[in-house]
Amino acid sequence: MTTAAGKSLIGTRKPHLADSSFRVSLYVAGAVVVVVLASILLIMFMGGRQAFETFGLGFVWSTEWNPVTSVYGALPAITGTLITAFTAILIAWPIGFGIAFFLTEICPLSLRAPLGIAIELLAAIPSIVYGMWGFFVLAPFMADNVQPWLTELFAWLPPVGDSFFWFSAPPLGVGLMTASLVLAVMILPFIAATSRDVMLSTPQLLKDGAYAMGATRWETLTGVVIPAVRGSLFGAVFLGLGRALGETMAIVFVIGNATRMPDSLFAPSASIASVVANNFPEAEPGSIQLAVLLGLGFILFVVSFGVLALARLLLRQERMA
Amino acid sequence: MLNQISKGLGRAVRAAAVAGILVGGIASAYAQEVIGAGATFPAPIYTKWGEQFKAAGGPALNYQGVGSGAGVTQIINRTVDFGASDTPVASERLASNNLLQFPAVIGAVVVVVNIPGVDGNSLKLTGPIIADIYQGRIRMWNANEIKALNPGITLPAVAVAPAYRADSSGTTNIFTSYLAAVSLPFQTNVGAANSVPWKTGVGAPGNAGVAAAVQNTKGGIGYVEYAYATENKMQTPQLENRAKKFVKPTIAGFNSAAAQANWAGAANFAASMINMGGDTTWPIVSSTYVLVPKNPSDPERAANVLKFFDWAFKSGGPAADQLHYIALPKAVQDQVRKKWSAVTANGKAVWPAS
Repeated sequence: MTTAAGKSLIGTRKPHLADSSFRVSLYVAGAVVVVVLASILLIMFMGGRQAFETFGLGFVWSTEWNPVTSVYGALPAITGTLITAFTAILIAWPIGFGIAFFLTEICPLSLRAPLGIAIELLAAIPSIVYGMWGFFVLAPFMADNVQPWLTELFAWLPPVGDSFFWFSAPPLGVGLMTASLVLAVMILPFIAATSRDVMLSTPQLLKDGAYAMGATRWETLTGVVIPAVRGSLFGAVFLGLGRALGETMAIVFVIGNATRMPDSLFAPSASIASVVANNFPEAEPGSIQLAVLLGLGFILFVVSFGVLALARLLLRQERMA
Repeated sequence: MLNQISKGLGRAVRAAAVAGILVGGIASAYAQEVIGAGATFPAPIYTKWGEQFKAAGGPALNYQGVGSGAGVTQIINRTVDFGASDTPVASERLASNNLLQFPAVIGAVVVVVNIPGVDGNSLKLTGPIIADIYQGRIRMWNANEIKALNPGITLPAVAVAPAYRADSSGTTNIFTSYLAAVSLPFQTNVGAANSVPWKTGVGAPGNAGVAAAVQNTKGGIGYVEYAYATENKMQTPQLENRAKKFVKPTIAGFNSAAAQANWAGAANFAASMINMGGDTTWPIVSSTYVLVPKNPSDPERAANVLKFFDWAFKSGGPAADQLHYIALPKAVQDQVRKKWSAVTANGKAVWPAS
């Protein structure tokens, strides 16, 4: 009898135990994200505290970066990071959407799978390979062909004071524009693949309805598909933006690594991630330079966070309107 | 069938025996291994010397080219047997960490150019002109300053595209030390260090990156270690040295710089070889340094480090030539060996070990 009672007890307890331990492990999994995020932020801030204390707000706003006199201002690197990331998005966004719409609506069925795989393969290329391609192939091509043409095309653009000349600069090959192009290619698969999945989720009924009303493909895209999935499409873009802000290895090769304020869209510049990667190996423990690099990491964290938060805010307003 | 099994067993036993020998071999080699870390510039020659030293019966060398800064940190923390730095460490820092510093090998930095239609090897440049180029004061290859030096060369109206090391580097330190020595404006506006606030140009990662940036860009100019320029058959302009003579980068010119340097008068062998006198002297030469603890915790390991460099001084010359480094002058080698007596354990010098 005891055995029978024991058996029945075990029988009822077992799923209960499994259930509660499952719950606990899910809580742990959720907590891991928060703990890791908070500890990275904290460690970056603690490590960079000396930099913030020494330079104050000037650390973020100063344009002077001088390892010789140990004066460090992060503005050139912040500027380079933002310009390359946003230019990359401007280039990759329309192309990525185009690819996604082509794949979901226009592409012959037999081509869909191979094209989809090709896009995913693009995402699998390591960033160092993109960097070398950018450095050895794209940079000379930009210097010889693209840049002279763009310089001439936009010669009418008035310069901003005497500090920013848009497209007019000596053709060096590497610089902000080449870095933006490489970044655009790198984030393109993310935008294309995510947008494709999102567009596929548009109810077929809605699209059929639009076509039945005599709408063209363009009208269906702009009038039905995009409004139906707008929020998720923004999500695809911000995923790409997040990657573009933090990309390091490819950028080191093509951005030109100049910690000065850029005076044109072709000027060599630097991103926060590239500055850290270039200087970290030789930064001595306890030195102000190491504090500066960790502080830069903190700033990059905050910049990425700020951009994503801003994006969410815009998205919410869009939805409300 | 039985036969096959016994064959298989035999093979397994033999494999196990081989594995045992291998493991034993690795373990004993590890015990005798000399571990070094630091500058990337001498990494190829240290590695080569390490192979030859081992072939000559010495312990194996494990050298990690992690960068000068990291090398200094690691020897201060005593996690390696020796550290290596491209730039001499300050005397106070050596003293406070009980370190002995000595030069191991000499290298030169050369200027490389890529000017369409111009033979870069016959181009003549001076230090102040290069300093002006890197400050954005000279922007075209047909600038008057360059034309005046090169009456026989038709210089094109091509923009000068300077390239520099993006990473923090001893090569940059040597090059900027030279420019700061010959150009006051460069010294005040830019300065000399492993990484400096360049006023113009693009940064590329590593010697290979700078070499490629120059070769990729019309009008490119850059600076790389001599070995890179030679191996990539790059065009290296002549520079004006202190004696107002234009010289090509040659081993003889580097040796002349090493011979001119004031080794005896320099504390911790931190003798400058930048812009030395002498008609044939190449102006951008520097030695790379090794750091060893004066109070090693393991005398045998410390002795092995010194044995290795003793061997390298004696027999490492051909390998240095082959890899385009310059061996230390004989007199300097002897001075260095004398200083090794400062490395002691239990009140006894570890070198020469019995």
